[in-house]
Amino acid sequence: MPRRPAYLLWLAVGAVFLAYPWLLDGPFYQRMGALVLLAAISASAWNLVGGYAGQVSVGHSVFYGAGAYLPLLLFTQWGWPPVAGVPAGVAVSVLIALVIGIPTFRLSGHYFTMATVAVAELVRLVVSNWDLLGAAVGLSGPAVSRGWWDLSFRSSVPYYYIFLAVLALVLLATWQMQRSRMGFYLRAIKAGDRAARSLGVPVRRYKLYALMLSAAFTSVAGSLYALMVGFIDPDSGLGILISIEMLIIAALGGAGTLFGPLLGAVILIPLQNATNSWLGGSGSGASYVIYGGIIMLLARYQPGGLMNAWLALRERRQRRASLMGAERAA
Amino acid sequence: MIIVQVIVGGLLLGAVYALFSSGLTLIWGMMNVVNFAHGDFVMIGMYVAFWVFTLFHGGPLVFGPIAAAVLFGLGVWAYMGLVRHVMTGSLLSQMLATFGLALVLRYSALWAFTSNFRTLPDDLVGGSINLGGILVGMPLLIAGAVALALTVALHLLLTRTSIGSQLLAVSEDRNAAMLMGIRPDRMQALAWGLAGVGTGIAGALFATFYPISPTVGESLALLAFVVVSLGGFGSVPGALIAGLAIGVVQALSAYLWGPVWKDVVVYGLFVAVLWIRPQGLFGKF
Repeated sequence: MPRRPAYLLWLAVGAVFLAYPWLLDGPFYQRMGALVLLAAISASAWNLVGGYAGQVSVGHSVFYGAGAYLPLLLFTQWGWPPVAGVPAGVAVSVLIALVIGIPTFRLSGHYFTMATVAVAELVRLVVSNWDLLGAAVGLSGPAVSRGWWDLSFRSSVPYYYIFLAVLALVLLATWQMQRSRMGFYLRAIKAGDRAARSLGVPVRRYKLYALMLSAAFTSVAGSLYALMVGFIDPDSGLGILISIEMLIIAALGGAGTLFGPLLGAVILIPLQNATNSWLGGSGSGASYVIYGGIIMLLARYQPGGLMNAWLALRERRQRRASLMGAERAA
Repeated sequence: MIIVQVIVGGLLLGAVYALFSSGLTLIWGMMNVVNFAHGDFVMIGMYVAFWVFTLFHGGPLVFGPIAAAVLFGLGVWAYMGLVRHVMTGSLLSQMLATFGLALVLRYSALWAFTSNFRTLPDDLVGGSINLGGILVGMPLLIAGAVALALTVALHLLLTRTSIGSQLLAVSEDRNAAMLMGIRPDRMQALAWGLAGVGTGIAGALFATFYPISPTVGESLALLAFVVVSLGGFGSVPGALIAGLAIGVVQALSAYLWGPVWKDVVVYGLFVAVLWIRPQGLFGKF
């Protein structure tokens, strides 16, 4: 049997993503599609530092929240179109990344993880009590769209395509990074800090670059969420579950792989929808019990995630095929 | 005078922080694993106390030891069933394992017990005592005293007994300890069990004066991390001093600026410590 060229598979997958809003139409599925893409964007952003550099963050909600709050803050304060707040969110996120990264990247990985949790909780508590940022009530975007520049649409389809474009951008950037010097440095760092340093890799600096890049993209994801929903409060913008979701999606699909986070999002977001409707709302916590179970099993049996499991399987099959070919030739 | 009372209250609460944080520091120092479910262990301890009291009317002398036993079992199980298999893996898989455990414990509790706050009756350990003009609630006084005694006892166990020497030997050099006839697996399971006992008793002590809810473990875990990194990881005396200090800082900031800000100050302090003295007060680095 002649081997199918690999690009055919990717073309087919791409076509499905482009046509999705027509394949499964109706507001419910269109909205879910947009949410899957949004989750894929933030998990891919997390993946830059958590997957590629191996520095596990459980506080990415702080970047997401910065990206979500600033557009709506500029709108409520001065009536600017929310989109104008996206660069501001990115700037604040990068600044927070530096505050976390500079001290902790000198230390073992656990310190970084805990610092991310602590800073995220600190910011959540401060925002929940800060009237300028709406305190516990939150901020709202434009109720009625004043023009196209408000990017406020009734249907989820325009958001779907905006998210798809941003996701493509994030994946392209990740792919570029993966092939560049930085990609090799990060893989060396992940395999072992000390060994990397002894080979002349500027470990701290590259961890910091990865975190800054990751923070910037996560912030954009937060902005996109705020644009679509038009409302943000401490729970939906800065809750610890947001960070956990990014981590789980990336780890399920395959941390440190290009398409892992997208695969994770395609599986987990619909699953979450289903468990919420079966098990009685997101308030009951049942879906998080399932999340926890999934990541415990992953850690125990398949720490590389689904993407790595699939890659390993394919490699084994190819090796067997080439072995059989060699036998036949002999 | 009121400020002295606030400080005394902070010290007593801080002693309970020290008790459950010393388990985290023991595990971290011994096998370089951070247990993200540590705060949720305390939460389970609180619920054990609550249910033992509600169903069987067992007082603190009954539910304290029961909570300790249950959490000893949970700790040993967490090590044998989960942590042992991921310890040598990547940081990500280590974290996923204990983090997953934390989620399962926290949200199973939410599912089973709902998010309602529960409390043990006020008069279970009733009254307050007047120490030279300082009014201290009896539950807090007993909790602080018991926690202080147990933390010191843990330190003595580690430094003065044969079991303690074996535990420390494994944490110094696993292979060398094995050559000396010590079973590392058994010792590490014991460390997890001891950490469990600490969280179980701390939970039972908390339950006598603190509202019980499924998500209480989230902030307690963070608090334990702050205590451990301030005290220097692996150091039980460090955890004790840091726990007392954090208790006082929390009490003072709650008194001066309002209860909302007590955690903000503690987390800010944590970030400041990372910038200024990352090895902690007593850490060897």
